[in-house]
Amino acid sequence: MATIYIDNTPFEVPTGKNLLETCLTLGQDVPYFCWHPAMGSIGACRQCAVKVYKDENDTNGKLFMSCMEQVRDGMRISIADPEAKEFRAHVIGWLMTNHPHDCAVCDEGGACHLQDMTVMTGHNYRNYTFDKRTYINQYLGPFLNHEMNRCIQCYRCVRYYKDYAGGKDLDVFAAHNHLYFGRAEDGVLESEFSGNLAEVCPTGVFTDKTLKQHYTRKWDLTMAASVCHHCSLGCNITAGERYGTLRNITNRYNGEVNGYFLCDRGRFGYEHVNSVSRIRKSLVRSNLPEATDKLTALQAAAQAMRQGSVIGIGSPRASLESNFMLKTLVGEDNFHHGVSDTEHDLTELSLKILRESNAPTPSMREVEKADAVFILGEDLTNTAPMLALAVRQAVRQEPLLEQVSKANIPVWQDAAVRELVQTEKGPLFIAAPTITKLDALATQTYFSDPDAIARLGFAVANIIYPKSPGVRGLKNDDMHLAQQIADALMKAKNPVVISGTSSGSEAILKAAANIANALIAKEKEAGIVLTLPASNSMSLAMLGGHRLQSAFEAVENGYADTVIILENDLYRQASEGAVTNFLKSCKKVIVLDYLHNQTTEHADVLLAAGAFSEADGTLINNEGRAQRFYQVHPTIEDIQESWRWLGELGTIVAHDQISWWHGYDDILSAIVKEHPEMKGIEMVTPPSDFRIAGQKIPRAPHRFSGRTAMRANINVSEPKPAEDPDSPLSYTMEGYRGQPPSAMIPFFWAPGWNSNQSVNKYQQEVGGHLKGGDPGIRLIEPNPEHKFSYSAAVPEKFEPMDGHLFILPMHHIFGSEELSAQAAAIQERIPEPYIAINTDDALRMKLDEGQLMPFAIDGNLYQLPVKLSPTIASGTAGLPVGLPGVKFAELPAWAILNRELQWKQQHQTTY
Amino acid sequence: MFSLLRSMWLTFLHAFHKRDTIQYPEQKAILPTRWRGRIVLSRDPDGGERCVACNLCAAACPVDCISLQATEDETGRRYPEFFRINFSRCIFCGYCEEACPTYAIQLVPDFEMGEYNRQNLVYEKKDLLINGQGKYHGYNYYKVAGMAIGGKDKGEAENERPPVDVKSLIP
Ligand code: SF4
Ligand code: SF4
Ligand code: SF4
Ligand code: SF4
Ligand code: FES
Repeated sequence: MATIYIDNTPFEVPTGKNLLETCLTLGQDVPYFCWHPAMGSIGACRQCAVKVYKDENDTNGKLFMSCMEQVRDGMRISIADPEAKEFRAHVIGWLMTNHPHDCAVCDEGGACHLQDMTVMTGHNYRNYTFDKRTYINQYLGPFLNHEMNRCIQCYRCVRYYKDYAGGKDLDVFAAHNHLYFGRAEDGVLESEFSGNLAEVCPTGVFTDKTLKQHYTRKWDLTMAASVCHHCSLGCNITAGERYGTLRNITNRYNGEVNGYFLCDRGRFGYEHVNSVSRIRKSLVRSNLPEATDKLTALQAAAQAMRQGSVIGIGSPRASLESNFMLKTLVGEDNFHHGVSDTEHDLTELSLKILRESNAPTPSMREVEKADAVFILGEDLTNTAPMLALAVRQAVRQEPLLEQVSKANIPVWQDAAVRELVQTEKGPLFIAAPTITKLDALATQTYFSDPDAIARLGFAVANIIYPKSPGVRGLKNDDMHLAQQIADALMKAKNPVVISGTSSGSEAILKAAANIANALIAKEKEAGIVLTLPASNSMSLAMLGGHRLQSAFEAVENGYADTVIILENDLYRQASEGAVTNFLKSCKKVIVLDYLHNQTTEHADVLLAAGAFSEADGTLINNEGRAQRFYQVHPTIEDIQESWRWLGELGTIVAHDQISWWHGYDDILSAIVKEHPEMKGIEMVTPPSDFRIAGQKIPRAPHRFSGRTAMRANINVSEPKPAEDPDSPLSYTMEGYRGQPPSAMIPFFWAPGWNSNQSVNKYQQEVGGHLKGGDPGIRLIEPNPEHKFSYSAAVPEKFEPMDGHLFILPMHHIFGSEELSAQAAAIQERIPEPYIAINTDDALRMKLDEGQLMPFAIDGNLYQLPVKLSPTIASGTAGLPVGLPGVKFAELPAWAILNRELQWKQQHQTTY
Repeated sequence: MFSLLRSMWLTFLHAFHKRDTIQYPEQKAILPTRWRGRIVLSRDPDGGERCVACNLCAAACPVDCISLQATEDETGRRYPEFFRINFSRCIFCGYCEEACPTYAIQLVPDFEMGEYNRQNLVYEKKDLLINGQGKYHGYNYYKVAGMAIGGKDKGEAENERPPVDVKSLIP
């Protein structure tokens, strides 16, 4: 700790930080542009100047850039000094000379860091009367809008895009006062994290293009804390609504999870909520017209329930509450997981590993701090995007710890640090079926079939800790690599092993668990991260339930004849024939969902469920962190949460437990009672009767406009605002104005800070945890007492089969996930279906890039254009998962080819 | 006593003064141009809609009786998709006019807005948009702003240099 004097007031502050972040942590307002808490300082904008004095007798002082000065004990500075103030006002004056007269038509307006800083410095009037510089904008794809005139040359965009996120196609061009920030030519920005530019850029150069299509100022949005539903990481988001439609997603800072950033799937996938295929009315197929009101639909569903024996099929994308409600309603024995059996087994195995490992599962923040990473079988950029971004930071750890700390350079001195480190990277090993976007950072990559990856993993574990079973018959090269990986992991202080379910291989998961536990056995602070198939897969696994196949069998064998399907398109979970057969054999099919799909077509009763922004609920992410998402806006039609539908259904059929639950909090208590492991979820957010000074927390900012006019076209008398029985939030701007508890912050705002950078005011220290702790409660912690039993399930070497290819699942950030694939902007980025095959295999089959290759998996016929891949293992092929136009197949699986493919001869020729 | 008579006399004289009372509605009052009455949306000198849907008027309105939605035409010119004022709430304070950066929204000297049905006091854009510039002549926001719109490309606004040639190094 050090004592510094700001305008003669002493403050106790931690050492090692720069002056700017220290002042911001203390709640002082110092304007800045180029510094970013996640990216450090470069001293480019000169906006953060303060006076620094030599000692208490020094009355003149000197101007210093506060972002470039390290805190020293006894330091005396002044923010309010007139000279410093004038300097800052001048700097912004210069930055503004070329800034266009655009605020009124600029999407950044009202949430603009440049506006905020301009007001803060008091540069109120332009005195530059000469001509302004202009630029031609670029087309950057469906996500971002480009308006270069507004640039103030702070360099944040390129530093974020290139240095932080590893993008290659955004740069700074030209020279002197003609700097141009963009691509070499018009075109889609390649990075999967490009959307963050909209928040990183302090001006309106990069703005959210999807927001532009239904533009709303930040102050006019009704917002709530939410959690991304598009992968298992559970990044925190703020969702904004106006006039009944969802308008945008912005980052909601969580110091342990996503920090300042989101991936493009998470940021732009929200439009599925506004999609034309939304279910806005409940349907009863036997009625005419089919669309009906809530009560009729409920009656029809209740009648179906009374007349049949009912099973329920849950969903990995539905909330914990909805799944639990369904499980209670149909009874534990009749509750099935609506996921493919492979997915079911892999998710259960993952949970088992997390429960029984001695290695903890680190949060994403901790992954960023890992100094060695080994990824087995995952293409993180496509399966858990933000984790890939975390790994990008992790490879900088070792050089940071080794060289930078030795050179005595503070880590926030970004330019100096990068100069010193150059391209030096810490150990990162990737073993995957084919190339991934992280390969460029890797110390070594290993492309092979899942069995080979698992064998490599087992070998690594065995080298680290001989009690972990070894692998027989490993090739010399592989053995050598295993040794190299083991050495690197052992050299590190806190190595992390990353794996997951996306490769469809249990052996890989087990190998990963062995490695992490072997490291723990060797007293390393190791961690294991496992990615899961969907946003709430973890909840399903923790709730427990039967396989989907047994649901099919129950109906086939006559044990059940009525099914309730919760937010699930079964055609994405099992083969077409099986699902159709199943749905046709059911006497009644009750479906709850919010998007029309193949399954809802078969529904006898279809209940209109709320999408994530129209529902309250809890998601448990891959780390076992339970997080609450809040309803963003009241729904106008009879749309409600699935758990509410099921609760009402339970009340109508007089279910002995459900009839006694009266609200959201009751469900949470019931979950905890039923599943003691989930103790803590009731404390994720304050209960619904929580009030601050007797007031609710407003979802709308205090400048929210138009409320006596927005519905006046329907009726000039305003209705009473909707009440929210499930949370302490109000749907209006009335309520407590201060900072609410961290897990329920509807939006970030502070006086003078309208942009998202106001998050500074919500943090304990800038870039650290939120005040009151980061949202979410971790439910799974390792038990050090437990003796981990190492898996001995080392697979045999993969043998190709004549006339067959072993099909591996390929995941795509845009397209593989069901919900985001319905968003218009994401749809523009979905790749065409393909089948990836090894270049040599293709040669042997006389197939060329783009040629159609017919094959059959499990009786289903496919015909897809060939994509040549030099890396995918011979004898295997990659089929994209979940893309529109690619039928479901339970992968990995053998595909039968209709052409000759002999492996024996190949062995002789290639090896 | 004298003052009493004087008052009576003065009052009596008023009978011969010019009348202040106007025979409204037969006779109309002449209102000053700065009168804050019915609100209109004006057009710029080229006849385009002045309002750029910036939402500042709506934010300034103390009774929140303005609501609108921004949209853009194919050339990038922003305008309100709908623009609604609920005059049954409006207090004619004029804040909206003061907030407007484009002179689009103006309060005009007209107060004859009485309605039997309150619903009729909800004005949509078709009721608000006039065919002229209103009180403020000559201003054309898009001629000053940096956004390119139909008929005005980058570098063609007032006080703008032609677009930078990114490939040139000449100062
Ligand atoms: S485009 Fe934005 S982030 Fe990039 S230099 Fe300009 S103002 Fe800064
Ligand atoms: S990484 Fe996953 S949870 Fe995070 S924003 Fe992307 S899709 Fe959403
Ligand atoms: S005059 Fe005042 S009350 Fe009426 S619309 Fe304008 S700002 Fe609102
Ligand atoms: S302030 Fe003016 S330009 Fe902006 S929305 Fe209102 S009328 Fe339109
Ligand atoms: S923030 Fe310090 S120079 Fe830019």
